[in-house]
Amino acid sequence: MAKITFITSDDEKITLEGTSGSVMALAVENNVKGIDGDCGGVCSCATCHVHVAAEDIQKTGEASEIELDMLELDDNTNEYSRLCCQLEITDALDGIVLQVAK
Amino acid sequence: MKKSELPDPFKNAREETGIGKMNDQNDPVAMFLRHKDVRKGAHNWKTFQSGAIPGRIVVPSEVNIRDLRQIPFEVDPPQHADYRAIIEPWFRRPLEEPYTKKLSEIITTAIDEALTQESVEVVNTFALPLQSRALTVLLNSPYSESETWISWGTHVFRSEGDPLDGDKAEVLYTYLDEKIEEAIKNPSGDLYSKLVESEFEGRKLTKDEIKGIMVLTFAGGRDTVINTVTNSIAYFAEHPESLQQIKENPEIINSAVEELIRYFSPLTQMGRVVTQDTQVCEHAAKADTRISLCWASANRDEAVFKNPNEVILDRKMNPHVGFGFSHHNCLGATHARQLMRILLKTLAEKVSSIDIIDFEENIEDLDQFKRKVGFHKINVKFNSKNN
Ligand code: HEM
Ligand code: FES
Repeated sequence: MAKITFITSDDEKITLEGTSGSVMALAVENNVKGIDGDCGGVCSCATCHVHVAAEDIQKTGEASEIELDMLELDDNTNEYSRLCCQLEITDALDGIVLQVAK
Repeated sequence: MKKSELPDPFKNAREETGIGKMNDQNDPVAMFLRHKDVRKGAHNWKTFQSGAIPGRIVVPSEVNIRDLRQIPFEVDPPQHADYRAIIEPWFRRPLEEPYTKKLSEIITTAIDEALTQESVEVVNTFALPLQSRALTVLLNSPYSESETWISWGTHVFRSEGDPLDGDKAEVLYTYLDEKIEEAIKNPSGDLYSKLVESEFEGRKLTKDEIKGIMVLTFAGGRDTVINTVTNSIAYFAEHPESLQQIKENPEIINSAVEELIRYFSPLTQMGRVVTQDTQVCEHAAKADTRISLCWASANRDEAVFKNPNEVILDRKMNPHVGFGFSHHNCLGATHARQLMRILLKTLAEKVSSIDIIDFEENIEDLDQFKRKVGFHKINVKFNSKNN
């Protein structure tokens, strides 16, 4: 099980617990503002863009090339950007903090 | 070749030069064929604009048949974002439960009826009515309006045989004028009324702006949805095991819909007008000429998609551009996705197999390329699970 914290654009902090599936799906199920997950998680919409807290970047690992290409052309992209549909929930993600990009 | 197959006519040109050439009413189009160039082109609105004279970014060009600007489609940032802000929340209603419930009823009724028939012509008697009835939910208009829209036939803008016949558009324009007047007099809960009361940059929208938004809602969501539904039926006719796969693993439905959109790419391309001399794939794009973003070619780019010519319903990484990319990405996508998700779910529940009886292909003539986008007609027999 992993506890994941989302910080939305209006500074609301939401901590959710998940055991499996993608971080995007967890956020969408719980109506986290700014994460829409339009494409259902196949990396084609970028409506699941988050900035991973600097200290958690090791836990989330690196984005694939396809994900990076997608992020490159999105707004507000920085070195901590990830598409959270590409983050699979495992114990390894426990405690991470994600700032919603939109 | 399988009947449901849509071949990729762009492969050689995409690999060799990356650019296709299409002459269109003496205003030629340089088609971007590679995934990377298509996405960059869509993103770079300063060099590749949408806000040219109305009709010019459409291929074939509609410059000679209309003056009305379609909104937000033919507007560039920053105004584009202001228009989208007005309508975006409305186009996200398909995520709400009452909306999906209505769509589900429409789709279930259509499939139940098809199952009772000896043969069904899918384009005109299944996909078109389905598309029109579903559109009443999007516009929040009375269900009975769909009868009028169905009577217009499959193309709102195009008469059979002549893609540039303006008369058909007149029917739609006259209809929209009436509806807008009605909404001004007696506001209801429909999209027209919503637009009548909306503010843009501190003022009300003009009637032409409202019409420009509504035209697009009718035109953009018609052939595209009809082809998607029809091609899906043809696909499942030849792949009954896929229906079984969806039945057993309903969690793949979202990726299945994205994959079908990638494979079908119901909108082949969309143009832009070049604002300053530039170069793409060694092609010199001069200011005031046209380029196009060829979504259909980008979606088969082997640099991005493994086995691009195969439909892999549970494809995990699928950065397709079937709904466009960047600012102008499809506003109707939420509606189209929900419709398709429910269609797949309901087909998998109720239909055991589909037999294709006969068909007539719909081939787009793109000058250098001929692309099959679907069917003009396809007769099938739906077989029920409960026989
Ligand atoms: C499977 C069905 C559909 C496909 C494949 C599709 C495809 C597309 C594509 C590729 C674009 C981008 C055009 C560009 O970049 O210039 C677009 C834009 C648009 N589509 Fe769709 N579309 C579909 C259904 C719909 C529906 C159902 C509606 C509404 C009823 C709709 C309304 C729009 C609008 C309003 C835009 C313009 C958005 C803007 O300029 O900001 N589409 N569509
Ligand atoms: S949900 Fe579409 S890219 Fe992540």
